[in-house]
Amino acid sequence: MMEMAQTITEKILAAHSGQEEVHPGQFVMARVDLMLGNDVTAPIAIEEFRKIGAKGLADASRVVLVADHGTPNMDIKAAEQCRVMREFARAEGVEHFFDVGKGGIEHALLPEEGLVAPGECVIGADSHTCTYGALGAFASGVGSTDLAATMASGSCWLRVPESIKVVFRGERKRWVGGKDLILYTIGKMGVAGATYQALEFCGETIESLPMSDRLTMCNMAVEAGAKNGIVAPDAVTEAYMKTVTSRPYEAVVSDAEAEYTRTIEIDCAEVELQVATPHLPENAKAVSALEETPIDQVVIGSCTNGRIEDLRMAAEVLKGRTVSPGVRLIVIPATPRVQLQAIREGLAEVFLEAGGALTTPTCGPCLGMHTGVLAKGERALATTNRNFVGRMGHPESEVYLAGPAVAAASAVLGRIGGPEELS
Amino acid sequence: MSELRGKVHRYGENVNTDVIIPARYLTTTDVAELASHCMEDIDAGFVATVQKGDIMVAEGNFGCGSSREHAPLAIKGAGISCVIASSFARIFFRNAINVGLPVLVCPEAAAEAKNGDELSIDLGNGRVKNVTQGREYQAEPFPEFLQDIVAAGGLVAYTKKRLALG
Repeated sequence: MMEMAQTITEKILAAHSGQEEVHPGQFVMARVDLMLGNDVTAPIAIEEFRKIGAKGLADASRVVLVADHGTPNMDIKAAEQCRVMREFARAEGVEHFFDVGKGGIEHALLPEEGLVAPGECVIGADSHTCTYGALGAFASGVGSTDLAATMASGSCWLRVPESIKVVFRGERKRWVGGKDLILYTIGKMGVAGATYQALEFCGETIESLPMSDRLTMCNMAVEAGAKNGIVAPDAVTEAYMKTVTSRPYEAVVSDAEAEYTRTIEIDCAEVELQVATPHLPENAKAVSALEETPIDQVVIGSCTNGRIEDLRMAAEVLKGRTVSPGVRLIVIPATPRVQLQAIREGLAEVFLEAGGALTTPTCGPCLGMHTGVLAKGERALATTNRNFVGRMGHPESEVYLAGPAVAAASAVLGRIGGPEELS
Repeated sequence: MSELRGKVHRYGENVNTDVIIPARYLTTTDVAELASHCMEDIDAGFVATVQKGDIMVAEGNFGCGSSREHAPLAIKGAGISCVIASSFARIFFRNAINVGLPVLVCPEAAAEAKNGDELSIDLGNGRVKNVTQGREYQAEPFPEFLQDIVAAGGLVAYTKKRLALG
């Protein structure tokens, strides 16, 4: 019998639920290779895990806990949440517990640590867990109770998603990166354009796209409502994996005849540097089409754009320039490794000499918890992933989203603009 | 299942979990405390006016954004008995099922309900009545798999049963 043609997402879910093939809409109980929680979501998961009454973790080596949201502890309550997670990790023998100074932002950290590989199935109590699709893994965000049940049982219920194919062709313009491509895509699809579905990114532009940009793109798949974003593992993936782990993995790719609910074609030669205006990521437009927009703060960092490649791009724009007097620039390397590398390469010097603040890794300002919260009426341009009402602070503040090149240029200009506007 | 009855608190499209419960309150897991800040960034009067049993109604993509389970917990803690929307974002939807907050997909009911309307809902068959307007609607049924989780009383109870710990 002919085997049914399947997408990469379907193949991974089939392999993890003991089936030859699965179909969109089908519910499966999937064996999970890695599960993730942080200091915001793990405390609830730990409470629910206790309620289940399991003797212990199904597999302590598959649990990852990262203290990255309210850390370094922003207040006593945040400190207590971290303590709950730390004590649980110790008591249950969690192998991968990352505390301050040893971890950083979860979705930048896990790939760096080689904890996710092609063909694997990952769930995380954090919506941006979909980042790991860039490695050719199935990775999806869930809630705390899901994490609790998965810690107890080793598996998680999942509905097999339909897949949407997004084909990127053409050469990228100067400075245009993964962030611009994904903002442009979300602008076309809308914030609910891929709800419950898989977004499979492919095409010649993706094939030549560096891993860091792929991670940025898959990271924001959830901002189109997607269950997961995914890129077929290829030579770029293999080369990246070699730098982070020597463990074996089984890469899978979509069959040529696999079925997609729709195909979206994007001509990258047409994609300019993007900015998403408040209060939805779908409000993407070319930076050149934006009216004069003065800003109070620029944030460069987050799980979306806090990797070394992002900092390099920002430093390239900032080198020899100074931050506009009215602007506060906050640069947040996503992990200690990125931070150290930024220091070694002289990027830290560039940021500090330009008049920016360089902080320790944290999710802090992205979700308006700390380290850059906005006052009433303030406006920020950030390389983060969400610009909802009140996302970075006061409900009457505003967040504009962009990539690192626009962020760095805007910090210098004092208003939103691209690097080509700098003399 | 018993009938739910309450007044409508109506919202628009893309109500995200950041406005349901802002991140500045995520340093607690206390449901009463979370509930006391529910919706405050888009509806400052919600907490003061919501009554036990009231029903939240919204347009598409309700609960988009962050995976924070604090969002359905805050809504439930505020006294809301059910959320009806044209559609739900997927993580919010599964969180609601998992924590036992009833959610119904019913675009017609969501489109026509007005703030303050009285609704009655039969969760057993998915019938939604707008008592104020004298209109009746049928919500989409849950897939069988999810009905099992709901019937078990949420994911914790379901997992207990699965692992034979109950």
